[in-house]
Amino acid sequence: MTTLEIKNLHVSVETDQGSKQILRGVDLTIKSGEIHAVMGPNGSGKSTLAYSVAGHPKYEVTDGQILLDGEDVLEMSVDERARAGLFLAMQYPVEIPGVSVSNFLRTAKTALSGEAPKLREWVGDLRDAMGNLRMDSDFTERNVNEGFSGGEKKRHEILQLELLKPKIAILDETDSGLDVDALKVVSEGVNRAHADNGLGVLLITHYTRILRYIKPDFVHVFVAGKVAEQGGAELAERLENEGYDRYTKAAV
Amino acid sequence: MAAQHGLEAHSHGNVPIQTRSERPRSTSVSDFPEISNRQEIWRYVPLDKLRGLDKEVMGELSESEVTAELASGTSMRWVDSTDPLVGSAGLPEERVAAAAWTNASKTLVIEVEAESETTDASFVKIAANTAEANALHVVVSVGNHAKATIALDHLGQGVLGENVEIVLGDGAQLNFVTLQEWESGSTHVSTQFSKLGRDSSLKHVVVTMGGDLVRVVPAVSLSSAGAEVNMYGVYLAGSGNYFEHRPYVDHIAENCVSNVAYKGALQGAGAHTVWVGDVLIRESAVGTSTYELNRNLLLTDGARADSVPNLEIETGKIEGAGHASASGRFDDEQLFYLMSRGIDEDQAKKLVVRGFLSEVIQKIGIESIEQRLISAIEAELEKAGA
Ligand SMILES: Nc1ncnc2c1ncn2[C@@H]1O[C@H](COP(=O)(O)OP(=O)(O)OP(=O)(O)O)[C@@H](O)[C@H]1O
Ligand SMILES: [Mg+2]
Repeated sequence: MTTLEIKNLHVSVETDQGSKQILRGVDLTIKSGEIHAVMGPNGSGKSTLAYSVAGHPKYEVTDGQILLDGEDVLEMSVDERARAGLFLAMQYPVEIPGVSVSNFLRTAKTALSGEAPKLREWVGDLRDAMGNLRMDSDFTERNVNEGFSGGEKKRHEILQLELLKPKIAILDETDSGLDVDALKVVSEGVNRAHADNGLGVLLITHYTRILRYIKPDFVHVFVAGKVAEQGGAELAERLENEGYDRYTKAAV
Repeated sequence: MAAQHGLEAHSHGNVPIQTRSERPRSTSVSDFPEISNRQEIWRYVPLDKLRGLDKEVMGELSESEVTAELASGTSMRWVDSTDPLVGSAGLPEERVAAAAWTNASKTLVIEVEAESETTDASFVKIAANTAEANALHVVVSVGNHAKATIALDHLGQGVLGENVEIVLGDGAQLNFVTLQEWESGSTHVSTQFSKLGRDSSLKHVVVTMGGDLVRVVPAVSLSSAGAEVNMYGVYLAGSGNYFEHRPYVDHIAENCVSNVAYKGALQGAGAHTVWVGDVLIRESAVGTSTYELNRNLLLTDGARADSVPNLEIETGKIEGAGHASASGRFDDEQLFYLMSRGIDEDQAKKLVVRGFLSEVIQKIGIESIEQRLISAIEAELEKAGA
């Protein structure tokens, strides 16, 4: 059983005009096996929250805490956070020229488990995971994210989620840019990781579409750098119908 | 594109001060002015590290400093530099090359028999061990329709003024690699003239890993129709390294193809690399296709990469001509992505640098050299604890 606690999190970024505050006191707790959806308008700080948990150097935590089973995540380097069991499926995964998917995945798996995976087993796991996500086997010879279509990038993120087996995953708009078939395939991947490994999920999205395939236990409305309201799955439906007007007006 | 994050792309090259074809050519030192940083070709060079290569008189590399492992069909011998083989591929365009030319009384000839074909590589090792300036002249001659791979490996500690002539017969195919793995205290100025026969093809690879001052000027003259040259370069410069590469392609004949791609990584204060790529497409060079590229990855502050592509076109009847040049800082987003998957910073950096250089490393086509290069890169990155 793993618990990720985000407490009163305040985060700023450095801009040309000076420091800009984006997160203004976020409180969220995610436990193993739970699925949380975070919905909110553009620019409300959802990706900032995701990056701050992962430890992106651009974001400065000015107040608050992030704890993983009581351990201070803010004290950990980016790779230590991953090794502690955190995973971020990125909204815009970056290209890494000259580094093949196969080399990348094997290096990451080795780093996370502290030893190189047994070759036979690894090849089998990789093949199965790629098959499940309807990815061609020659995909592994391509360079990481180089020339990938939007859908391929997202599948590749979920492939990592399934192979690296984190405890808590943040999925930043994994659904955007996917057609219905790809959305189903990707959702199945998340559900498998959830069912098999008791993964805790923080799912960032703009649309209820993905919530038809991945059932959230909790829905959080994110506005102007903090959680404005929380509820169950029914809250998502209401947001879809009514939009965020109610909250954005209140926030001004 | 995310991969070029932080790179500054040059949209056009500099206008050359003087058209490349108008440079004087001579084997006589006195035909060239004393070297100074005011001359374009010596502009960046730390002249205090020339260590006597700028003088009229220098010694000669001894025969015992050259050893070889040769593939079948390839032979090696020393001849007097009065031999007609000498001077058939090109003539010096600057003072050091002229001095090296006149001071080398003997010439090392590496010859590949006509029509012989082998996939095995010949390795010629030049292991210097002196702080004195020495000259060396090498002629690589590949007979008609022969196919060969030859690697010239420079190592040890030395001060070497070198001229290499590469002559390809009609239909010949040569994969030529020059490696500069000098220890510190070394200076190496090498001019490599290539002359390509009809429908021949040359792959010219430069790998520079060590030396205080290493300057390699590969000049390829495409004077016979249908010839093709691919020029690749990989370099890794650390503190105390000054590496300069000036590939030059002279398109004279019709329907020739040239492709130039150099990639370098720099780390450490004072690491400095210079790349000047000249391509000249003469009026006669109808149907030319050419592309040149240079990219540099700066791993730390205090390193400097100069990159200047020059493209001179004297005819409109070409297939295509283009160039790209960029030098950029290490991409933090790539590092973050890898680290967010549990990979530690050192290993993530190695992956990115290897990946960056691999496009060119893979082109070398000699497994043992590729492996050596990858190990050397890793060792270098470890050394700096980057
Ligand atoms: N490096 C930065 N410099 C300046 N502003 C930034 C920077 N990074 C983020 N911001 C700003 O912070 C705010 C929150 O951005 P963030 O990407 O977290 O929003 P988001 O909720 O993920 O939006 P979207 O739904 O569009 O993905 C935005 O106003 C954005 O412009
Ligand atoms: Mg976002």
